[in-house]
Amino acid sequence: MAKITVDGKVFEVDPNNNLLEEILSHQQDLPYFCWHPSMGSVGSCRQCAVIEYANDQDQRGRQVMACMTSPRDGARYSIEKAHQFRAQAIESIMTSHPHDCPVCEEGGECHLQDMTVMSGHTYRRYDGKKATHTNQDLGPFIGHEMNRCITCYRCVRYYKDYAGGTDFGPQASHNHTYFGRFQDGPLESEFSGNLAEVCPTGVFTDKVFSKHYARKWDLQTSPSVCAACGVGCNTNPGERYGTLRRVVNRFNDAVNGYFLCDKGRFGTGYVNSEQRIRVSMTRNSHDGRPSEISPGDAKAQLLRIGKGGIGIGSPRASLEANYALRELVGKDNFYAGVSDAEFGLLNQVLDIYRSKPVHVASIKDIEQCDAVIVLGEDVTNTAARIALALRQSVKSIGRDMAAKLKLPQWHDAAIRNLAQGRHSPLYILSPQATRLDDIAKQVHIASAADSARIGFAIAHAIDNSAPAVNDLSAAEQALVTSIAADLKAAKKPLVVSGTSSLEPALLNAAANIATALGGDKRGNLALCVPEANSLGLMLLMEGSANSLGKAMQAGATNAIVLENDLYRRAPSASVDKFLTGLQQLAVLDSLQNRTGEAANLVLAAGTFAETTGTFINYEGRAQHFYATFKPAPEIRSSAKWLCDTAFGEEPRIHLLTGGCAALLPNGYKLQKLTPGADWNFAGAKAPRQHHRYSGRTALRAHLNVHEPKQEQDEDGIMNYSMEGVPPTKDATVFNSPWSPGWNSNQSLFKFQRHTGAALTQAGHGELLLDEYTGAKSWYPATVAKAAINGFAMFPLYHLFGSEELTAKSDAIQAKTTSAYIALNPADASKLGLAASDGVQVQHNGAVPYLVRASIAPGTVGVSVGLSGLNFQDLVTPGIALNKAANWQNPKDWRASNIIVSDAGSDSAYGRGVQGR
Amino acid sequence: MTPTNKPLTKNIEPGRAPFTFAQYQAAGGYQSVAKALTYKPRDLMKLVQDSGLGGRGGAGFNTGLKWSFIPEPDGGPRYLVVNADEMEPGTFKDRLLMENDPHLLIEGMITASIALQATMAYIFLRGEYKEAEHALQQAIKEAYDAGMLGKNIAGSTMNLDMALHTSAGRYICGEETALINALEGKRANPRFKPPFPQVSGLWGRPTLVNNVETICNIPGIVNNGADWYKGLGFNGQSGTRLSGVSGRVKRPGCWEVPVGITFRTLLEDYAGGMQDGYQLKAFLPGGGSTDFMLPEHLDLPMLAGDVQKAGSRLGTSLIMVLDDKTCPIGCIHNLIKFFAHESCGWCTPCRDGLPWVEHMLLKMEQGKGELKDIDIMKEACGYMGPGNTFCALAPGAAEPLQSGLKYFHDEFIEHVNHGCKYHNH
Repeated sequence: MAKITVDGKVFEVDPNNNLLEEILSHQQDLPYFCWHPSMGSVGSCRQCAVIEYANDQDQRGRQVMACMTSPRDGARYSIEKAHQFRAQAIESIMTSHPHDCPVCEEGGECHLQDMTVMSGHTYRRYDGKKATHTNQDLGPFIGHEMNRCITCYRCVRYYKDYAGGTDFGPQASHNHTYFGRFQDGPLESEFSGNLAEVCPTGVFTDKVFSKHYARKWDLQTSPSVCAACGVGCNTNPGERYGTLRRVVNRFNDAVNGYFLCDKGRFGTGYVNSEQRIRVSMTRNSHDGRPSEISPGDAKAQLLRIGKGGIGIGSPRASLEANYALRELVGKDNFYAGVSDAEFGLLNQVLDIYRSKPVHVASIKDIEQCDAVIVLGEDVTNTAARIALALRQSVKSIGRDMAAKLKLPQWHDAAIRNLAQGRHSPLYILSPQATRLDDIAKQVHIASAADSARIGFAIAHAIDNSAPAVNDLSAAEQALVTSIAADLKAAKKPLVVSGTSSLEPALLNAAANIATALGGDKRGNLALCVPEANSLGLMLLMEGSANSLGKAMQAGATNAIVLENDLYRRAPSASVDKFLTGLQQLAVLDSLQNRTGEAANLVLAAGTFAETTGTFINYEGRAQHFYATFKPAPEIRSSAKWLCDTAFGEEPRIHLLTGGCAALLPNGYKLQKLTPGADWNFAGAKAPRQHHRYSGRTALRAHLNVHEPKQEQDEDGIMNYSMEGVPPTKDATVFNSPWSPGWNSNQSLFKFQRHTGAALTQAGHGELLLDEYTGAKSWYPATVAKAAINGFAMFPLYHLFGSEELTAKSDAIQAKTTSAYIALNPADASKLGLAASDGVQVQHNGAVPYLVRASIAPGTVGVSVGLSGLNFQDLVTPGIALNKAANWQNPKDWRASNIIVSDAGSDSAYGRGVQGR
Repeated sequence: MTPTNKPLTKNIEPGRAPFTFAQYQAAGGYQSVAKALTYKPRDLMKLVQDSGLGGRGGAGFNTGLKWSFIPEPDGGPRYLVVNADEMEPGTFKDRLLMENDPHLLIEGMITASIALQATMAYIFLRGEYKEAEHALQQAIKEAYDAGMLGKNIAGSTMNLDMALHTSAGRYICGEETALINALEGKRANPRFKPPFPQVSGLWGRPTLVNNVETICNIPGIVNNGADWYKGLGFNGQSGTRLSGVSGRVKRPGCWEVPVGITFRTLLEDYAGGMQDGYQLKAFLPGGGSTDFMLPEHLDLPMLAGDVQKAGSRLGTSLIMVLDDKTCPIGCIHNLIKFFAHESCGWCTPCRDGLPWVEHMLLKMEQGKGELKDIDIMKEACGYMGPGNTFCALAPGAAEPLQSGLKYFHDEFIEHVNHGCKYHNH
């Protein structure tokens, strides 16, 4: 540590950080634009100028940019004395700004507005013409208004340098520098939405939000957790007038940090969907016609069906909802609502985490890993935020080079120049080209089973007590040697795999590699799971064998299906058989689906935005989310629908959480997720509304001049109100950041221990699974080999469209496509396919096809979850493909939405081992 | 052979085609290569350092000292890059060398590469210098054919390749780190130092960037020694340099002169003095990005220290003459317009400060100037000054303006009150 003096105040600082970070971390106000805690310094905007004094005698000092300066022990600095320069800088920055704040989406949460005021530019002297630009259509997610640009370069540093995007960059120069694509068109990066948060003003805005815009302070927000995949990014959804308007990132240093993927950010439109189930319905037993039923009657019926019936839980419902169902039907009648294949795989994930000496890597861990193998998981499409983290991990090479030259780690440009586009090793084993191939040292195209075989061999090559594999080809052996060497040489090696390939041996192989890497330190392992609460559901199963297959054969007459479309979990024929065999079927869900159509009783369930509860992510990290807004009285959270009198009719959620605590490993930690339902700060709860929330007394004035009573939240510690303790006083429940003078999300540092570090008060979730401390043990190096007739099938996941609920959002619809298959060009010609043809997939209907050079002949990728083909109906080792008769592409087939590097036959991809 | 006292231009005769390899060698060329190969690299650097040769790009830093910061070889590539992106307004000296004696540059580059143990040498050439491009291309080919480049240069164990890169044309590429970015195919934005190019330059490898004229001095120094070089200057100064004059003088041009002669010598003896009917009003001593100097400064020696005391910079030492019938404000406007356009757009004071100044100067010229603009321009000069910007472009651009505001203050006021009296605008 070093001691510095800033305008007479003495601060203890870490000389490894830059002066700007340290000044901000000590809660001093110093304006900046180009610096970002996740992206480091480049010194372009010149806004964070301070005066540095050489010694005590030095009265004049010299001006330095704080972001490009390492604090020197004993040095004196002045923020005040550089005030004039900063005012000049902002005045010149603003010469061409359009001053369109009233119609700008950024207004009221604009870093540029804040910095302009803070820098002291109030009177405009420039009287010339402004430089102007043409805007581009950047697709359904991001709006573009280049005239607002202040040329801080944050967008390109984020999009290109941080997120690896290739279709966006700076163009032209001087005061006409332009940030955009080479021509209009949708941004290709799966992380484009972060531009809206990274841009300090309104150049890049959330287009989905703009369609039903409200000022930041008029949004009712809550701390939430993304429900769109198993990563568990923390979000901050905002509501007004009963509709969910937008989702922004909520900082969690261990999980998502500052960034979300576009599915999480733009995939919540389903909350406002026309297809929402807004009232409970019952089906007339005579003519099958549905009719509305009161919540009270619905609940009574539900409880009746539950007694003696079976319950099918859900990996996308909260822990509490699943627990309530389990309590209602009894442990033995509670079944996991996931496919049977997934059931086995998820249990396997838990087994690995609990019985192998590995470290389960958080996203923060992943970013720091310096050698990685991705084993058969298309992370960009199944757990996108992890893909973004892997892009940071390969930058280890530059960070190490900088350290050797004694250059600070915040020096972003130098690190990039040193690395010169080189990456620390990342290997990808996959049946198809992936979106991370550009940073891979080697991409090996292989089936999941072959990847598993290679994985076992890698484990053996690292630690020869691991079981060996004997039948490797020379190319495979060379690959194994190379991967093993790189992983062994790394300081923090990482294995990434997951359940999406549906190959159990792959998980075992991943576990063996991570185990083999263990020594003084543990090998890092991240296993992707499909849904927000996949592991939570499986933990509630407590190792029971109650799979969905068992449920469907249990001979039950009554069943409750919790937030689940069984047709996405099992072959249609078996679901049909199961459902028709039931006398009573109750379905709780937020959106209509095929399972709901077969129900006698459908209950209107709240989405994540209207409920409070807990999800457990891929790491076993439990995270609490608070309802953002209170739905209409006819809609209730599933947990509350399912509660019987043991907890009361309308129990507070924490009672259910407490119930879960008794069942789950380290369940007591669940109680630490919130400060407790009765927490208060000086008698007040935490507000969901900004203290500037406007129109509270006028919102309903056209109906009644009397202000209605504020909605109560019996579940916890937050108010549906602007009243309460703002996070500036106590950030125990960290909602939307705001601090005096800092109206944008840049105010976050006011709530962090240090810029970019953990929040001072709010937690980052609780890891429920203890790391296994016993000795190494191995899974046998066996891979089940099935005889394959026809094409060997593997699943193709789409970030936009494969997930059930997000796919019902307009913005996601605009980025997805209908179902298709992808195959090798040679196979396409063998099947006699012309460009306009479709492919008949067994007897399951016909779909369009895509030629992808990376896909091995004899294998076929089949889209999962996209409309037009049910993947569950195809789960056999091999499938037959034929040219479809009388084919016409469906109108929602949009090949241009499929972003791959190997489309067509002329791509650089061949088969087998790909060297880079 | 008696050592020449014009090491830079000895082979140059106006109107005659540049020497071929054979002619150049017959005139004593390429001797420094063989000689340099007998030195230890560090000794060669020391020799250059002892000669007192300063960088001729404008900064004047001791060349040998700059070289000495390169780390010891680690087996990887090392680069010498010659900065031939001569775009400083009023500066045309490197062009003279490259068009008329390309082998001198190539010899200098080979010799410098021996000192630096470089494995590859680049010439980053201003795109508009077509004639120089052709001359250099031809000369490089001849040098390869003669075994001076490629594998085992001059029969030694050393390998050296050379490539000519023609720039797409940005003033900022004259800044060595922006040049490196451009050579890598990136946007020509400057890089922050440290790391210095000597440690991490082109493609992240040790790199030296030197000006054309600087490198052209190396053969003479290696052949004839540091003492010889030190003896070439005027009044105890070291070496010769190319200096020149543009503007309304009788014989505008560029000459090799002993370091240390006075501005008056250059202006009157070499350039023949002002054209008839024109008075010297002021001059820019070394390119568009230097402060104006006045007739009273003519007897100062053209040395960095003396020029600095007079409030300016020697820069490239090619002076631009401002006569009494040319509008100083129009002159400054023209320069600022150039600099504003050439700003790379990276840092704020340069990108957004220069266009504002340009706007105010245009107003002055159009008779729409306001008194407040004079104050804003004065402020802007400080705002764009050294230490406030990412590189030296804006501080340099501000120099003619800040000195103009000082020396021509009355003319600014008169522009505000009565518009420009110099016609033709």
